[in-house]
Amino acid sequence: MCLINIKELNVTYRVGYKTIFVLKDINLDVKSGEYVCIIGNNGAGKSTLIKAILGLEPIFRGEIKINCSKNDISYLPQNNGISLDFPATVEELVLSGTQSTSNKFKIPFYNKKNKIQAGIAMDKAGIKSLAKRRFGELSGGQQQRALFARAIVKCPKILILDEPCTGLDHDTAENFYELLSCVNSSDKTTIIMISHDLSAVKKFASKVVILNGELKFCGSVAEWEKYNFCACGGNL
Amino acid sequence: MNINEIIDILSYPFMIRAIIVGILVSFCAALLGVILVLKRYALIGHGLSDVGFAALSLATAIGVSPIYIATPIVIFASFIIMYISQSKKINGDIAIGIFSTGALSFGVIITAFSRGFNMDVYSYMFGSILAMNRTDLFVSLFLSVIVIFVFILFYNRLFIISSDENFARAIGINIRFYQFLISLLTAVTVAVGMRMMGTLLISSLIIFPAFIAKKLVRSFKYLVILSALFSIFCFVFGLIASLIFDLPTGAGIVLVNIIVLFLCSVINYLLCIRKVEP
Repeated sequence: MCLINIKELNVTYRVGYKTIFVLKDINLDVKSGEYVCIIGNNGAGKSTLIKAILGLEPIFRGEIKINCSKNDISYLPQNNGISLDFPATVEELVLSGTQSTSNKFKIPFYNKKNKIQAGIAMDKAGIKSLAKRRFGELSGGQQQRALFARAIVKCPKILILDEPCTGLDHDTAENFYELLSCVNSSDKTTIIMISHDLSAVKKFASKVVILNGELKFCGSVAEWEKYNFCACGGNL
Repeated sequence: MNINEIIDILSYPFMIRAIIVGILVSFCAALLGVILVLKRYALIGHGLSDVGFAALSLATAIGVSPIYIATPIVIFASFIIMYISQSKKINGDIAIGIFSTGALSFGVIITAFSRGFNMDVYSYMFGSILAMNRTDLFVSLFLSVIVIFVFILFYNRLFIISSDENFARAIGINIRFYQFLISLLTAVTVAVGMRMMGTLLISSLIIFPAFIAKKLVRSFKYLVILSALFSIFCFVFGLIASLIFDLPTGAGIVLVNIIVLFLCSVINYLLCIRKVEP
């Protein structure tokens, strides 16, 4: 089933009187259960694309159809979303991920089910023992796991990640990718991730998207390797 | 002044009114202060209180009860400040700076034209315990109940918005609504509290308690609880200090806040040293 359908997407920024196209005529389909990795240079429009999908960035032209409710989408921002001196325990952060906006008249209090969900998510991310610790005290890897637990607490259908492993060492990043792959295969969560880690992309992705303002390439890992080979004139 | 005299003074009706209004306003300001300090909007209170000063001067000049004029003007100003702060072109602090200095000069000009710089204006700027009448008591009681009720109702939403705005927006929370809600509640709290605390000092009620509590806690829940407790504690002791030393009320409360801040910083420092030592 096609979960996300992007047609002729154009996103622009205005600088003075000039309109600059960050994304131009992007067409992309994401099917249920896919593991999509978006790669590209800085300024290629990767973050803009996922922000447009999340509704954080206004669209200039084109459309993005998402075949599930907004509550089934979750987001793991880059690791600078939360200030380190923000006083919140890991448990409070993870619980906050259970908030839903589907019923506008429901009072946003946590119930017993939310607390169980938070426990399960922390268990999956391997941070249950850190539940009462302050977020800012944790190491980079632990913080990323806490944010990951917050992102998966609602068992979303789509999980969108923006460079989740920036600043993590190789082993921690590897652990994190394994965790992500596990959520993708066992919970059938569709994953859309921006990554600069090409070896991880090769290992885990089921679809690779290369952006450079426009859609340069979209296909499986095998096709991507072939594309790379051709792009380098067979000199790989 | 001995203890019996203080108890005597505290039992006067105007004192009881001031204590009730003061505790309610301190409590509301501490709750809102948590969000404003964490979101780095702490100076909004200061900007609004300067607008409040202009409104008070205007009310005095035309001879109307200040709370009826100041409240709508401060609320209106809070919306404009929040709206300008949202704009990517202007920083929030610039918006507040322009508003507060503009409003202050406007207030001073009105005063100069009407009756000169009289005692009333001095008490507006630095606070007076005598400023509270019965109407003020009921209005502030009503407004404080609304602020506390809204804060409890949207507690979880306010947490997610102050911790990670992008995440909150991504899961479909209407950030703008809550930003305007917070600025509305702040405006109401400032309008109610500024006559007792003084327009120049009311923002201390917003900034100090949350900042002090932040030094000692690890969770958001305890931050809210502790800053509310600190706020009430500092108000009561500040009030007593202002009676004993014959200080303007607002100044006395700020003084106690500064002492508590200093003590908490020392405690925090000592705790950090103990943690580092194995």
